[in-house]
Amino acid sequence: MKFSIMVNEGPYTHQASDTAFNFTKAALEAGHEIFRIFFYHDGVNNGTRMTIPPQDDRHVVNRWSELAEQHGLDMVVCVAAAQRRGILDADEAKRNGKDGDNIAPGFRISGLGQLIEAGIQADRLLVFGD
Amino acid sequence: MLRVKKFMYVNRHAPHGTIYALEGLEVVLIGAAFDQDVSMAFIGDGVFQLKKGQDTTDSDIKNFSPTYRALGDYDVTQLYVERESLEERGLAIGDLMDLTWEDEEDDWAEKPSIRVVNRQELSDLLETQDVILNF
Amino acid sequence: MLHTVNKSPFETHSLETCLGLAKPGSDILLIEDGVYAATAGTTVSAMVEQTIESSSVYALAPDLKARGIDPDQVIAGIQLVGYDGFVKLSVMNETVQCWL
Repeated sequence: MKFSIMVNEGPYTHQASDTAFNFTKAALEAGHEIFRIFFYHDGVNNGTRMTIPPQDDRHVVNRWSELAEQHGLDMVVCVAAAQRRGILDADEAKRNGKDGDNIAPGFRISGLGQLIEAGIQADRLLVFGD
Repeated sequence: MLRVKKFMYVNRHAPHGTIYALEGLEVVLIGAAFDQDVSMAFIGDGVFQLKKGQDTTDSDIKNFSPTYRALGDYDVTQLYVERESLEERGLAIGDLMDLTWEDEEDDWAEKPSIRVVNRQELSDLLETQDVILNF
Repeated sequence: MLHTVNKSPFETHSLETCLGLAKPGSDILLIEDGVYAATAGTTVSAMVEQTIESSSVYALAPDLKARGIDPDQVIAGIQLVGYDGFVKLSVMNETVQCWL
């Protein structure tokens, strides 16, 4: 079965990203396909490579990046929500005259249409948030 | 070609205090381009999104309430408001914005977009959806 | 339909709203802070027990464990599932409504 996942809260403040991660991992282990993971609202903060959690804690961002690499996941950060919150890739940084980008490996920035498409293409869409 | 899916955007947050309503509305407007069968539900504090007379000038935050008036032009014409949620908050339909759409098949007659439904009717509507997005 | 609730019933109305709109025969899964509703002997236990008569109520075991809630403190009739069970419930139901 084909799943799409929406993550609406950032790492650490809320458990939503952890639950979404654990669900995604379990779905992959059960042999299901993940069509797309879409990060919206403060969920875009899962896509910055600048987080430095304490060493005795999980690394929420790296965990997503690693899972994406292992399984070829499509992880999309909403461009409008990302710009509001300062999440940029190299192209967006250049276009907006910013001095650096911070997108983490495995994430890409794109529009809200990607969320609607995820809802259309997948058999199930699950939302994790606050 | 995939069949048209029934998308329902469920709004349960008041506007302004958090960004969920504003960013939820942005999804609805973008989603309108995909020609799916779209409706919106307003439950709990979500009904406050449709309150008349919102004016943010003195708080210097974005007033996005006029955007709801554009929904009709985007063919988002089914806005279901839960009657119980209105009543719990001391509101009646007259307290909500007058949102309309023009029916192309009825000589562009102006029709109301907001439909007040009771909990049972809303429960039935939820059951018929393919995709439910929550804001 | 599968309904997920992730809020403590002592802080928000999410569970109450969900139970008010969920049809009999629904699957209701408590996750994150929503699992506090699974505890026996609270002010919401009666509401949850009543729901069990017409629907299936589940609680995410890892979230109960994280909050120090022992399985024997959970209301009788609530079924405990892991993330694999969460996935199965999502497969079994055609739509998932997440009461955020």
